[in-house]
Amino acid sequence: MLLTKNIRFHYNESNQFSIDDLSLTSGDELLILGKSGSGKTTMLNILGGLLPPSRGEVIVNGVPIYELEGAELDKFRGENIGIVFQKPHLLKPLTVEENIKLANYFVGNETSNAVQELLRDLGMEDKGNAKTYTLSEGEAQRVSIARALANRPKVILADEPTASLDDENAQLVIQLLQIQSRKLNALLVIVTHDQRVKDHIANHIIMGE
Amino acid sequence: MLKLSWKFLIAKPLNTALNILLLALGLAIFTVLILVQDQFENKMTKDAKGIDLVIGAKGSPLQLILSSIYHIDFPTGNINLEEAIRVSKNRLIKKVIPLGLGDNFEGFRIVGTNQDYLELYQADFQAGEAWEKPFEVVLGNEVAKDLQLKIDDTFMGAHGIGSSSHDHDENVYKVTGVLEEMDNVIDHLILTGMESVWYTHDENQDPEKLEKSVAKSGFPETDEEREITALLVQYNNPMAAIQLPRFVNSRSSLQAASPAFEITRLFELLGVGIALIQGLAIVIIIIAGLGIFIALYNSLKERKYDLAVMRTIGASKGQVFLHILLEGVILTFLGAMVGIAIGHLFMIVLVLSNEQGAISGFTADVFLVEELWIIGYAVIVGILASLIPAWQAYQTNIAEQLTK
Repeated sequence: MLLTKNIRFHYNESNQFSIDDLSLTSGDELLILGKSGSGKTTMLNILGGLLPPSRGEVIVNGVPIYELEGAELDKFRGENIGIVFQKPHLLKPLTVEENIKLANYFVGNETSNAVQELLRDLGMEDKGNAKTYTLSEGEAQRVSIARALANRPKVILADEPTASLDDENAQLVIQLLQIQSRKLNALLVIVTHDQRVKDHIANHIIMGE
Repeated sequence: MLKLSWKFLIAKPLNTALNILLLALGLAIFTVLILVQDQFENKMTKDAKGIDLVIGAKGSPLQLILSSIYHIDFPTGNINLEEAIRVSKNRLIKKVIPLGLGDNFEGFRIVGTNQDYLELYQADFQAGEAWEKPFEVVLGNEVAKDLQLKIDDTFMGAHGIGSSSHDHDENVYKVTGVLEEMDNVIDHLILTGMESVWYTHDENQDPEKLEKSVAKSGFPETDEEREITALLVQYNNPMAAIQLPRFVNSRSSLQAASPAFEITRLFELLGVGIALIQGLAIVIIIIAGLGIFIALYNSLKERKYDLAVMRTIGASKGQVFLHILLEGVILTFLGAMVGIAIGHLFMIVLVLSNEQGAISGFTADVFLVEELWIIGYAVIVGILASLIPAWQAYQTNIAEQLTK
């Protein structure tokens, strides 16, 4: 589950914003909508343990994550939070399978058959040994989802996951995120300004108003 | 972790290969220097063991040492036998071994001496026995192997030290013995009695003399006016080191040279050259280190995103730091291995192309402790070169990087 309390953040004096308290439990889905520049990505970074807020708390699974120090937070994030970005950002020197396994490696969790299962769920079981540059944009995004899910996270965060995809792939990616998060009984938060996503998830909040 | 860094390295094969090669080149020079220096000093000391002083004709003392101990330079000239005998009666001298040089066979020097010379180097026979009569010879192991000569084989000597000018076709040398491989100068020599060297240069030869046994120790007995090339001297007591050279140099037409002193002088002369080459090698290594630094630093710009992604999937700052550091260390470690390999390869080529020169008897087939130091130094270069990029990777702000 994911709780936030009194989160405030500012890059500088003139650009301050606060975030309404969130309280999500396993299985919940939430869409955060807003124009670009409204602070959606900043909020996602704060939720994902990537950016400490100026004030307030983020509690994941009962752990106030910004009270964790350095490597502890990195490991906690690796184990409990899966993050999908607008661009897939796969590591080019590695194969598809290695990209996914790397997530297991960093948290010290070596489960090889889970990778095969994930790839099968994504309809890419034959691409395990493919180089990442041979993938299409949609395929690469699916691999980045697999990487985010590799450690069976409790919280899945997606930042504009469909923005650079065509309609068909966008739909596929949203469905994948939903199916997989339900399978893991995780909670799913998607940040987007993409109207195509709206129809899939009922629970919205709108930022920047 | 190693595998991860390695994958990133081979993703840029040309860059990686260039850096490894550059570093390897610098380290190869070091390897060759270490190998040559070690073996050169080793050889120099081994060949001069048991010889306290060399007495010969006036000239360059270094030349005298090089020609009569190491058999690499030309002799300074000949000295009168009678004068040599007179000097060697000095009470400070324990033992002298006369040498007569001037002929060769196929580039291998024929050395006229007595059997004390065999004893000096504690030479063992592989086959046959020592010479008894004039024109009987014992071959160093390398000579026998190279020229494929066996016991009872015969050959004709040629005048001169290296390349032959004219053959001495009156007299035929006969092989009576072949020595074991001794790993010193004796491997490359053809040894015979002093008398052989004298008689071969005589115009009219007395067949009777050729049947007499030669002197096994000391000077051969003769009533004729004879010359020898040099005397190898062993001292009787330590005082001789001070008195004897002065005595010889002042009171006779002879010259005395101390191997220990001349070799130290030689190393000093060579030291300048070695220092120069070492300097060059260090410059190459520094450039290689800079190359690795620049490669890592440049790639860091494009890789910051990758690193941020690695952080979001659970990598700690420390792991990211280690990841970059390892790349530098892997590069330099490989560079060191390749460098040592190239160094040894170069030595093999050097040895094969110089069988009779100053480095004859060298081998590429040894590994020294110093070579482990080379690996150590290389890894230090790798750490230094990757420290700044790794530190930058360590400090990268993930959120800032990802929102760019």
